[in-house]
Amino acid sequence: MITKVHMEALSPTMEEGQLVQWLKSEGDDISNGDILAEIETDKATMELVARGDGVLRRIFLDAGGTAEVGAVIGVIAGADDDISSVEGASGGVSAGAAAGSTEAASATEPAEAATPPAAKAESGQKEDAAAAPAVEVAHMDAPESTTGRVKASPVARRLAEEAGIELSRIAGSGPGGRIVKRDVEKAKEEGVSAPAPSSWAPAADEYEDVSTSQMRKAIAKRLVQSIGPVPTFYLTVDLDMSRVIEARKSINAMLESEGRKVSINDIVLKAVAGALRQHPNCNAHWHGDYVRRFNAVHLGVAVAIDDGLITPVVRNAHQKGLIQIGAEVREMAARAREKRLKPEEYTGATFSVSNLGMFGIHEFTAIINPPEAGILAVGGIEETPVVVDGDVVVRPRMRMTMSCDHRVIDGAQGSRFLQTLKTMLEEPTAILL
Amino acid sequence: MAVMTYREALNQALREEMERDPDVFLIGEEVAEYDGAYKVSKGLLDEFGDQRVVDSPISELGFTGMSVGAAMAGLRPVVEFMTFNFAFLAIDQVINSAAKMYYMSEGQFPMPIVFRGPTGAALQLSAQHSQACETYYSHAPGCKVVTPGTPADAKGLLKAAIRDNDPVAFMEGELLYNFKGEVPEDDDFVIPLGVADLKREGSDVSIVTHGKMIHVALQAAGKLEKDGIEADVLDLRTIRPLDMDAIVETVKKTNRVVYLEEGWPYAGTGAQIVTMIQEEAFDHLDAPILRVTQADIPMPYAKNLEMLAKPSADHVVEAVRKVLYR
Repeated sequence: MITKVHMEALSPTMEEGQLVQWLKSEGDDISNGDILAEIETDKATMELVARGDGVLRRIFLDAGGTAEVGAVIGVIAGADDDISSVEGASGGVSAGAAAGSTEAASATEPAEAATPPAAKAESGQKEDAAAAPAVEVAHMDAPESTTGRVKASPVARRLAEEAGIELSRIAGSGPGGRIVKRDVEKAKEEGVSAPAPSSWAPAADEYEDVSTSQMRKAIAKRLVQSIGPVPTFYLTVDLDMSRVIEARKSINAMLESEGRKVSINDIVLKAVAGALRQHPNCNAHWHGDYVRRFNAVHLGVAVAIDDGLITPVVRNAHQKGLIQIGAEVREMAARAREKRLKPEEYTGATFSVSNLGMFGIHEFTAIINPPEAGILAVGGIEETPVVVDGDVVVRPRMRMTMSCDHRVIDGAQGSRFLQTLKTMLEEPTAILL
Repeated sequence: MAVMTYREALNQALREEMERDPDVFLIGEEVAEYDGAYKVSKGLLDEFGDQRVVDSPISELGFTGMSVGAAMAGLRPVVEFMTFNFAFLAIDQVINSAAKMYYMSEGQFPMPIVFRGPTGAALQLSAQHSQACETYYSHAPGCKVVTPGTPADAKGLLKAAIRDNDPVAFMEGELLYNFKGEVPEDDDFVIPLGVADLKREGSDVSIVTHGKMIHVALQAAGKLEKDGIEADVLDLRTIRPLDMDAIVETVKKTNRVVYLEEGWPYAGTGAQIVTMIQEEAFDHLDAPILRVTQADIPMPYAKNLEMLAKPSADHVVEAVRKVLYR
């Protein structure tokens, strides 16, 4: 049996992928489910899994090369299967690979980037013969257009939905790569690999949907007309961090023997989670007809990476202790920098926190990641003269600015949340309440 | 069951209905003395006399209008057109009088009238005498359209058409008159209008068709079987009323449809039925529906060109392969 290896959509928004490295080589025995290669998507580096058994007969896309979702980048087949018709696809993909990657071009013979020498020898005489099917095969294998629409027949669409199979994980055998009924049946029979969740979804008991009142709808409509799709306003609070600094010192002293530490940011995250529990209207998603208020706090923590930003999510942050929150943030941040986060690890936050204090930023505003309704921008702690009981004294002060989606959060609600947060940080024992 | 020709089956239906109901009479060119141009009315003049088997002048508009009047007066005329190609002269009486009378008289005048005769092409009769006329009649609300493809259907459906209180265009086939088949001997064998019949069962593709074309479809299904492709052949039998349930059922089973009709593609019966399929069974389709029809040209006289213009089993096989993507 011949199984084409496709560039798969490994993130919800992926349109093309770059081949980081093959973990299998041509000639290797492959079992269904084996990890074939690492693919860099627009978000992370993901594993590409084999969809069939046999031998990895051909690789069409070299490391560093880029291919559109749906393109054939390799062939798994029995050792004796005739795969000549599939080889035709190499033309299209190798062109993309050469164009998309200087690395691939320099690492191998430039003109033959995707055609291993052995195959060249055996196919030398059929340049012309291969030309005709090449067109057909190339156009057979592009089920997903650049607009992200998967081409599938109506019945295939329905059956896939009933079976809970994502169409983007099925290779189409119809004209133009259209997914047809037999492709879905094959996928049902052979199974598409499990790591289907391309984003995180909350369990039903984790939230409450509050239908949008007419007043809220009117507010939403007017504000959107006024200021943009997410009508945002900002609330800034200035607070005294002395007690947090003291608390951190004593906690770290306790943890010293274990070689562990907590950061100021860990304490801020813990307090945010606690405050959100008290103000569920700020821990919410905007869905137009309703607002989804979450019981659980899934805290997105913005992490800067080399060429962008990603927001790993501390799941159920309200139930976790400082040490665990800190450990998770650091572990996920490290993997984010290596682009090894899975989609379910960076989606589904109920609220986000961004901290630029370490860059010497005094205060800033952060941009809401919809459908979340709020994000907290945390500045650095600065020694500041303030008046306390009539005396000018120097205190470590910190500013936090919350961006609020006005369709979900009103000024007073956001302010009350910040009040709670400020109280918790100025008197950290309040977090225990 | 008795084996008889399509012609004999029609003759039997006429005889039985004329025996059953004295209001039924037959009128048309050469239906009496000559036993009908295609001998469908053989022996009826002797049996029922010239009051009930009436030779008309060569004047389609005249005898059709007279028959519409007879129906208004309470009789049940069966009007024979030598072929539906000649009935264009009379279509004003069919569409403007018969099909609208019940509606425009607010139900005062039921219109129990049958217009029958062959439709479609025979062999080398050229452009004016080789037309499949089903769509002209099915286009107008108020007229039922029946297209039997076998002797049994011819008998059972003609009896139903004569008993029906609405105008029925009953469209036969010149090349079918000699076709033999089994017919139930029961003289109350009536097939209700609007019920399709699965002429062959398969699971890979549905060939939906009617009239003479069922034989082309069955021939194609036989060829496809040799390649392991099993086709459902659904004979609509009546174009109006349409058995949409049966169509949806076969679409649900096979997910792929080839529509076959003898007429032209433009606004043909297939245009209507394909539209209804996508409206009612879209989520069951695995491929776009293809139609096999006569070429969109006046029928050529030259034999070789006529063969190329008519829908054939090979055309159907080709269309089936296309909808199956193989």
